[in-house]
Formats: sequence, structure tokens, C-alpha cells
Amino acid sequence: MSPNLLVIFTLILSSLAYGVGKKKAFALVRKDESVRLHSRPGYYGLLTALWCGIPALLIFGVWQFVADTVLTNMVMGAIVGHGAPVDTAQVNLLVNDLRNLVAGNYFSADVDPQLQVAADRYIAMERVGTIALGIVMFACAMIGCLFVYSRIKPAMRARNQVEGIVKIFLIFCSAIAILTTVGIVLSVLFESYRFFQQVPVTDFLFGLKWSPQMAIRADQAGSSGSFGAIPVLAGTFMISGIAMAVAVPIGLMAAIYLSEYAGNRFRAIVKPLLEILAGVPTVVYGFFAALVVAPFIRNAGLTFGLSVSSESALAAGIVMGVMIIPFVSSLSDDVINAVPQSLRDGSYGLGATKSETITNVILPAALPGIVGSILLAVSRAIGETMIVVMAAGLSANLTANPLQAVTTVTVQIVTLLVGDQEFDSPKTLAAFALGLLLFVITLILNVIALYVVRKYREEYE
Amino acid sequence: MGMDTVLDMGDTFLTGKNTLGAIDSVVEEKVDREDRTTVGTQFVDDARMTCRDVNVFYGDKQAIRSVSIDVANNEVLAMIGPSGCGKSTFLRCLNRMNDTVDICRVKGEILLDGHDIYDKSVDVVPLRAQVGMVFQKPNPFPKSIYDNVAYGPKIHGIVNSKTELDGIVEDSLKKAGLWNEVSDRLDEPGTGLSGGQQQRLCIARAVAVRPEVILMDEPCSALDPIATATVEDLITELKEQYTIVIVTHNMQQAARISQRTAYFHLGDLVEVGATDRIFTNPLHQLTEDYITGRFG
Ligand SMILES: Nc1ncnc2c1ncn2[C@@H]1O[C@H](COP(=O)(O)OP(=O)(O)O)[C@@H](O)[C@H]1O
Ligand SMILES: [Mg+2]
Repeated sequence: MSPNLLVIFTLILSSLAYGVGKKKAFALVRKDESVRLHSRPGYYGLLTALWCGIPALLIFGVWQFVADTVLTNMVMGAIVGHGAPVDTAQVNLLVNDLRNLVAGNYFSADVDPQLQVAADRYIAMERVGTIALGIVMFACAMIGCLFVYSRIKPAMRARNQVEGIVKIFLIFCSAIAILTTVGIVLSVLFESYRFFQQVPVTDFLFGLKWSPQMAIRADQAGSSGSFGAIPVLAGTFMISGIAMAVAVPIGLMAAIYLSEYAGNRFRAIVKPLLEILAGVPTVVYGFFAALVVAPFIRNAGLTFGLSVSSESALAAGIVMGVMIIPFVSSLSDDVINAVPQSLRDGSYGLGATKSETITNVILPAALPGIVGSILLAVSRAIGETMIVVMAAGLSANLTANPLQAVTTVTVQIVTLLVGDQEFDSPKTLAAFALGLLLFVITLILNVIALYVVRKYREEYE
Repeated sequence: MGMDTVLDMGDTFLTGKNTLGAIDSVVEEKVDREDRTTVGTQFVDDARMTCRDVNVFYGDKQAIRSVSIDVANNEVLAMIGPSGCGKSTFLRCLNRMNDTVDICRVKGEILLDGHDIYDKSVDVVPLRAQVGMVFQKPNPFPKSIYDNVAYGPKIHGIVNSKTELDGIVEDSLKKAGLWNEVSDRLDEPGTGLSGGQQQRLCIARAVAVRPEVILMDEPCSALDPIATATVEDLITELKEQYTIVIVTHNMQQAARISQRTAYFHLGDLVEVGATDRIFTNPLHQLTEDYITGRFG
């Protein structure tokens, strides 16, 4: 019997339970006209169905989750117990072979007979397990169903109980989202902690030199990398700053034009176009930056007698700014449109012109939303990777000159983790520390954004 | 209200256009429902605004059909009628607010103090300073109380100094009967006031640009009865200095505060006359249907 059949079977049982429960509730009323049910009959049915289905499915889930581990351990225990290899790597290899054998995609002729025996045992045990599972699930479903069925009385608060179960389910779903986030944060924190055991926090946060190369041999010259995050952060902020300097004015002006001046037809065409701009893959922007914008800036610099490196912060920043324009414009446009028409009327009614109305009434009213959209764009800029990988370079210069190559946090994370890595060297762990730093910065930005938005909202609503 | 008062025959603006003869008793014979020519006293001698043959279209749809009416100096003219009959549309013609609606076209002649406001040479900015507007829903700007009132004078550049501006703000708030309530918190947001206070703030805001005419589109429909009474008292006071055109669908309100009432029906101006006379002795069958609550 396949496991999927068990699920379908449970669902069928559960829908039968629905009918049974509902019928009993109906019967209660039909028997005695004066009886008043607490809830509509459907709720009694639903409650019966839920009690029938949920425990059985829970058991099924748990089994699916642990069965493989339990069975493998039992089978492998037998093999390893025979005095065969005890080395973990080899055991892992054996387990892999076993898996393949069980799944039936192992066609090599020279199968270790011992392993073949183990695989056969595994299959047999799995079959028994599934049957047992089926029996347990069935029993559970029946018990749950009967448990509720026997309690169906007019006074039973079926609706409240169903709503309670639904609520628990919803809490469970949101818990998954929250737990995932917490899990990611914790793992980053943990790895960062390991990093900070090897490199002092102060060196990381305030160090002016970033050069994460580790020695291959212990006695090699320059064997210890230096992990000062300042140049990397400075690069991130410079590029983001340039990007915002491009995106905010252009995006905001575009939004104002779109929402206040453009005709409906124009708007209907241009707004989706802008949103398509947001859908262009960042890799495409990346080679646009590296192959078009960067050479252009270098040539332009040459004519003014400036020395521009072929990978410059300016090129990456400008292209990133272009990438972010749709975020700013589209969100701001929505926010500006949400400003009530009555405010515009009020302003026009006093004889204000369009531009006076926009600067004095509409923009102040839309400001919280605009600030929100800008901060969102900043987060995008700081987290953006592909453009800077391709156009900004890898050298961690601490410079205020946008014409030089700089590097960013995200680029460094990429370079630290690309290729073969030892997962306990500071070089690799540094990636997690950088990730943590990035996370903290974005978090602070978001907190500020929330604060600003709330402050304005209090003032203006 | 108004219905049981003794008939006031002071329909002083009565013109020869009225074909129903002298009215010294309750008219039994009403103008037929199908007849949509305006009856009553459309025209006055001391007109501040003169509207002749005004037609308004939204796209192909006609919202106002050939309306001619005068607005007298320092009167309160109430416009009543079932919703959708074009009261707001007509009101918004009087300060060209309809210009902000793309599909809206206005035909005909509207004069303010003898000058055509739809003339090509007319700039709407000073026009709207002369003909102010108060809207149905209080719509204070998301600014401080002070800045709300100061907004108009600032954009029209009618002040030279901060003290002068302070004076205008105080004066306007006093005229709107709001000064005592807000004088100690002028820098708080206008949106934080109660609904009635907000509406009076909007009136103060309109008054601050020194208009001659104030248009009000159902200014009390979002207010509670007490706030409504305050605003009604205010309108009665403002009438001494301003000419007021008010749209209302509250007939008691029209009876309480206006001198003349105009009844609109599906885009037609059906009847105009002294308020007391309209509510006691309507000439048109449609008017009677409306004020006796047969529809609306
Ligand atoms: N912006 C607009 N676009 C199209 N039609 C409109 C617009 N405003 C009003 N109308 C139409 O004009 C008619 C009169 O509306 P309105 O003047 O708002 O009536 P009232 O204020 O008397 O309730 C209605 O039929 C309405 O549907
Ligand atoms: Mg209206």
C-alpha cells in the first residue's frame, strides 16, 4: 500500500465523518422540535471530520519524517555490528549505497551481498511499517470520530471549537514563517560567533583593512588575513548613495508626473513599462554596467584628464540607481494616488495652481509613504549583489573617490563563498559575519522607516 | 419647519416671467410635472453672479440643462433636489472647479460682477480667490491649524509680513467661530480637530483669501446635529459680508438659513423663489412632490 493512498483514505474517512456528524445533529433537532442546537449542523459535521482527520494525518506526518532515519539506523546497526567499518565517512557512503539499492537505481553488478541483504531488510521493514501505520491511522481516525460523535448534544459549542481549531492551524502557519526567520538568524549568529572567536569583534567592526586571504600552509608569509569591515561597508554605502542620488529624484519626479499630469492613456501604458524595468534580471543590468556604462565613464573621465579605473563605484552606482527607479516611482505613484481627491479639491478651490498643490499639499500628505518607498529602495540597493560583482570590482579600497574601484559587503560574501571552502576557516566564517552586519543594517533602516512613517501618520491622520 | 408658517408673500423678486398671475392665495394649480421651464424668481436686480443658459456635459452625458439664475448680493441661496440632479455640478461651475474634471464641458454664460468667468482671458487663480469653496467632507490639509488658514493668503501673496499673516489667520478663525477653541494650539495638526471644527477650519481657510462669494457643497452632511447648528449659525453671520450659495439635501436646513431656494430636478432648474414661499406654496408640481417627501 503506498503512503499516498493512506492520505486519500483518511480524507475519505474524514468526509464520511462530516456526513455522520451532521446527520446526528439534524437527528437531534428532528427528534424533538423544542431542541435548539448551539451551532448550525454543518459545524458538528466539521468538528467530527476534523477530529477524525487531523490526528491520523499528524501521525502520518511524523512517520514520514522519522521513518527513513529509524529504518536506516536499524539496518545499518546490523551491518556495522558485524565488525565492518566504523569510520563515519565510510558509514555515510554505505548509507548512500543502501539508499540507492532501496530506490532501485543501482545497477552495478558487484553489490556487496551484505548490503543487498540490508536493503532487502529495509524494504521488508518499510512495508511492515506502512501497514502498521495504516492500522494506527485508521484506529486513530475512528477513535477521534467516535469521540466527537458520542458527544454531539444540542448544547455542544461546535462552532467555537471548530473556530478554535482553525485558529490553531493559522497560528501554526504563521509560526512556520517566524521560525524560519528565527532559524536563519540563529544560524548566521552562530557562525558569526565562531568567526568572532577567531577574529576580535573590534578588529572586524573598526579595522581599516580588508584582505581575507588565509594561508594554505601555516608557515606561509602573510598567513593571517585581516578582516576590517570598514572599507567594505564604505564601498556599500558609497554605491548605495550614488544609486539613491540617481533613483530618488528621477523616480519621484516620474511618479509626480505620472500621477498628477499624465493622461489616463499615457499612464496606462507607461506604468506597466516602468514595472517591467523592475523585472529585468540584475545580471543584465550588471553587464550593461560593466560593458557600457563603465567604459563610457572612463572615456568621459579621460577627456577631462581624470583617471578612472575600469571598474568604478560610479558606474555600478548609476546602473543600480536605474534599476531602483521603478521601485521608487511605482511605490510613490501609488502613495500619491492614495492622497484623497478632496485634498486636491480643497487646494484648487483656494486658487492654488497645480504645482503649488503638489508641493504644499500632496507631497506632505504622501511623505510617509514616499519615505517608506525610499527606504525600501535603500534596502534593495544595499542588498544588491549582481551589478556590483560585475561592475564595482573586488578590491577593498577605502576611498571617497567614486571613480575608483570599491567593493561591497555582498560582493565579498560571494567571493568568500565561491569555490572550494573549508567551513571552519575565518575566511569562510567571515561571510557569515558580513551577512550578520548586512542584516543588522537593513534591520536598523527598517526600524527607522517604521518610526518615520508612524510619526507622520500620528501627525496627519 | 417652514411648512406651517403663515404664507409670506414677500416674494419681492417676482418677475413678469411668472405666468401664474398674482399669488395672494395658495396656488392650487401647479405647473405640470412634464414642464421643465423654470418658474419663480430666477432674476434679481442686485445680482452678484449671473448665470445664463448654462449647460454642463460629462462626456456625452448632459448633467445640467439650460439653467439661468442670478445670485443676489449678500444672500444665502440654497440649492436643493434629489441626489444626482446636478446641484454639485452646477455649484462647481461657479468657480470653475469643473475645470479639474477632464471630461467636463461647460457651455453658457456665468458672470461675476459683470465679468464672464469663462472668458479666455480669465485666470482661475484669482477667480477662486474671489469665489471660495467649502466641501461636503471636511478636508483640512495635513498641516497645522495655522498653516491651513495661512495657505491661501500665502499662495496669493496677499500678505507682506508675518504679523499681517497672523492677523489674517486670527481674523479668519474668529469669523469662522473657531478662534476661542483653537487659539492656544494653532500649531497642532488641523486633522486632529473634531469633524465640526474641521469644517469650520475649512470655512476659515476659504474666508482667509477674502472671497466675495462662498460656495458650500452640503457642508453639514458629515456633521452631527450640534456641529451642524454651529455651522448654520456661522453661515447666517457670514451672510452679512459674503454672498453664499449652499447645496443641501436637508430641507429644514435650507428653510432655516437661506433667503432663496432653487430646486433642481434631473439637470433642470425647475423652480426658484423666496425660501418661505417655496416651502409653503411651491409653484411646480415636482417641487411640491420633493418637499412633501414624495421622492428624494
Ligand atoms: N466627474 C464626473 N464624471 C461623470 N459624471 C459625473 C461626474 N460628476 C457627476 N457626474 C454625473 O452628473 C450628474 C449630477 O451629479 P452631481 O452634480 O454630483 O449631483 P448632486 O450633487 O445633485 O447629487 C450625476 O448623474 C452624476 O452621475
Ligand atoms: Mg453633490
